[in-house]
Amino acid sequence: MRPPVTAIGADPLPPGALEVETVGMTMRFGSFTALEDVSIRVAPGTFHALLGENGAGKSTLVKCIMGFYHATAGQLMVGRREAEIADPRDARALGMGMVYQHFTLVPSLTVAENLVISRADAPVVIDWAKERAGLEAFMAAMPFRVPLDQPVARLAAGEKQKLEILKQLYLGSRFLILDEPTSVLTPDEADEVLGHVRGLCEAGEISVLMITHKFREVTAFADEVSVLRRGRLVGQGHVADLSHAQMAAMMIGAEKEQRPVARSGLRGAPMLELRGVKAADRSGLKEIAVESLTVHAGEIVGIAGISGNGQMELMEVLTGQRAARGGEIRVQGVPYGATRAEAQSHAVRYLPEEPLRNACAPRMSVIENIAFRSFDRNGAGRRFWLSANEMRAAARDLIGAFKVKVADPDGPIAALSGGNVQRAVLARELTGEVKLLVISNPCFGLDFAAVSEIRARIVAARNAGAAVLLMSEDLDEVLELSDRVLVMSEGRITYEVPAAEAKIAEIGHYMGGHAA
Amino acid sequence: MAVVEAQGTGGGAMAALRRAEPVVIPVLALLAGLAVFALFLLTQGKSPIAFFGYVWQGAFGSAFSWMNTLSRAAPLLLAALCVALPARLGLVVIGGEGAIVLGGLAAGAVALPLAGVPAAVGLPLMALAAMLVGAVWIGMAGALRHYRGVNETISSLLLAYIAIALMNHLVEGPLRDPESLNKPSTAPLAEGLRVGMLPGMDVHWGLVFGIIACVVAWVLVERTSWGFAARIAGGNVRAAEVQGLPVGRLILGFTALGGACAGLAGFFEVAAVHGSANASLAAGYGYTGILIAFLARHNGLAILPVAVLLAGFDASSGLIQRRMDLPDATMQVLQGIVFMAILMSDAAYGRLPFFKAKG
Repeated sequence: MRPPVTAIGADPLPPGALEVETVGMTMRFGSFTALEDVSIRVAPGTFHALLGENGAGKSTLVKCIMGFYHATAGQLMVGRREAEIADPRDARALGMGMVYQHFTLVPSLTVAENLVISRADAPVVIDWAKERAGLEAFMAAMPFRVPLDQPVARLAAGEKQKLEILKQLYLGSRFLILDEPTSVLTPDEADEVLGHVRGLCEAGEISVLMITHKFREVTAFADEVSVLRRGRLVGQGHVADLSHAQMAAMMIGAEKEQRPVARSGLRGAPMLELRGVKAADRSGLKEIAVESLTVHAGEIVGIAGISGNGQMELMEVLTGQRAARGGEIRVQGVPYGATRAEAQSHAVRYLPEEPLRNACAPRMSVIENIAFRSFDRNGAGRRFWLSANEMRAAARDLIGAFKVKVADPDGPIAALSGGNVQRAVLARELTGEVKLLVISNPCFGLDFAAVSEIRARIVAARNAGAAVLLMSEDLDEVLELSDRVLVMSEGRITYEVPAAEAKIAEIGHYMGGHAA
Repeated sequence: MAVVEAQGTGGGAMAALRRAEPVVIPVLALLAGLAVFALFLLTQGKSPIAFFGYVWQGAFGSAFSWMNTLSRAAPLLLAALCVALPARLGLVVIGGEGAIVLGGLAAGAVALPLAGVPAAVGLPLMALAAMLVGAVWIGMAGALRHYRGVNETISSLLLAYIAIALMNHLVEGPLRDPESLNKPSTAPLAEGLRVGMLPGMDVHWGLVFGIIACVVAWVLVERTSWGFAARIAGGNVRAAEVQGLPVGRLILGFTALGGACAGLAGFFEVAAVHGSANASLAAGYGYTGILIAFLARHNGLAILPVAVLLAGFDASSGLIQRRMDLPDATMQVLQGIVFMAILMSDAAYGRLPFFKAKG
């Protein structure tokens, strides 16, 4: 095993909970700045919460701490000493461990086996009698336990998460990063697990940095909170001094209220209507249920919400990727099943999130990807034979009109930058008549120039009379673009307000899962 | 527009490189596989040079060896399509052997009551039966995949074992011709229901139909909206769903079409080669077809030369056994090594330094 890497001297770090501090941490990916000058101090034995919307830089920060990324600038201090962490093994050697959102246990092995194989120095031949005695002694000393002989597959989710934390303690971690540790747990399980973590902090065993979206957990368990927004540290303080409204305000940026951009035209007839639509969520355990949702021609309806509250599932229902369990979807008053013919006849277009994953065939050419909507159309009729020339001519026009930067239109679309992939998809989806446009996180991960241009195109489509349903985790985006704002929380639409009357604090409350 | 034109020349050079990549990489992989096989020959104390000399002689060295090679190429073309067509949808179907066997059996069985019927009626009926059975067989793997989420690679392979067992059961039982003593077979085809040789050649008509099928498959995939839809679904099924494309129907259609090609291969094996359906139908063409399809990158036109090359290896195997005293399985070792090289070469796309776009 390599020695722990510390800059000064060979003195061992003090026992017990570690102090970890980032000083001016900055991370750039090319021209994109994911993290800028973030300084956070987690004092020994404290429970520190890290809040922020998706893409705010939370994951980047913890990946820099754990050595998955190497920060462009800034320093990491562990136990008040400068630490140079080249890779996750160094972080582990210093006593830093991470618990992920999803389990990293082997389901078919028992708890004891999982613990032993997680060690970096697990022997080739395992002396189970000895290991067993060691594990029992370890468990006896812990404030909470998991039965050693159970296969992990038989443990409940809360037990598994407890085991993940025990595993870190077993490995000697004295500083734990928890990445949304309760997203797969029920509220009761979450309270139990976090209560134990809190207890370990108070006992001075560990310090904790927890990424979360849930204000309730911050208030109930954390000592201090830091809030990231667009890669910057925008707020910090003792949890005791902060209300949920204040945290929400920091997280979504109350400093300037976004006002809707210039627009024209009046709201027309209902274009999209959802009544009592139900569907399973991605875990299959919960359900999303949209009682009633109507989008009219010439308006943008924005759905705000924190990631994982059913927006993805709703998008999949609307695109026909996920079967609805009940209810009715109507477009222009007619039941709609999202087939190609229906989408074509009602002029329904989609802009799913992560276009390379959801809207493109990465290895097909830019020209071919732009042709996805039109390849089988010949004017009003259908075509059987492809026309390579028409495809190429149409793609050239659209590449020019939407300013897609393409070195080689015959090359795979995966070679383009994120912004240009999204421009190409926009070019495809916004060409021709558009009556209904369904959008999910259109600007996620794009640079500033692409963002403003793509938003302008969406508003232009609305001004031309399209009905637009915009789901976004970026509240600024929702407020900037929408005529009406809805909030989705735990699979339901919980709040609706005209954009002109929208109050960020109010919306924040509903996003945080708090019906006022 | 301006951007495109400004970089026109760079784009042209890149386009040329991109077109070369799918040719150069499989060729390099093939050569690498042959080199490894040469090492294997050296460990057996045999000369690789002599080996490849005999391959040339046995496969392409004379008119006779050409006829031999082309006869073997016919079923391989169709067997390769059974892999290549579903592959464009992102499905790896490796059970073409089953469709060949059952297709041949169906052709042999349908021929029984057709003894007096003219060839112009009887042969199409036999071919249709063979294609139908093949389409259903491989279509089942597609249906299992679409409706039940069963991995099509595993299911098609297992279906092939079932197909062979089924054929053995029928030719040894209900369909057995009592006069076939040593090798249980269906009754020999009536003379009028045999497929003859191409004019002036010692190669049966299956070759022509195999070539036509490859060209049609290429046109279908590359030049029609069905093929384009299939390529979208193969490239990213999520994107295809968002576009409202009928992914399920495409999966069923392309697997059935592939199965029909393999079934047709079985028909020619019975009607042109064996004269009755028997265990000789399971000759491994279905498996060699996998190798051909992958070497040809599932492109119908590229299947043509690749199938001839692989058929040549096959055709020279007898000569090599006699002259070099190497066992029959040597060719399978060669095929296996080349296949591994082809699969590994997939990781090379976009990574070889001379294909890298200058950023």
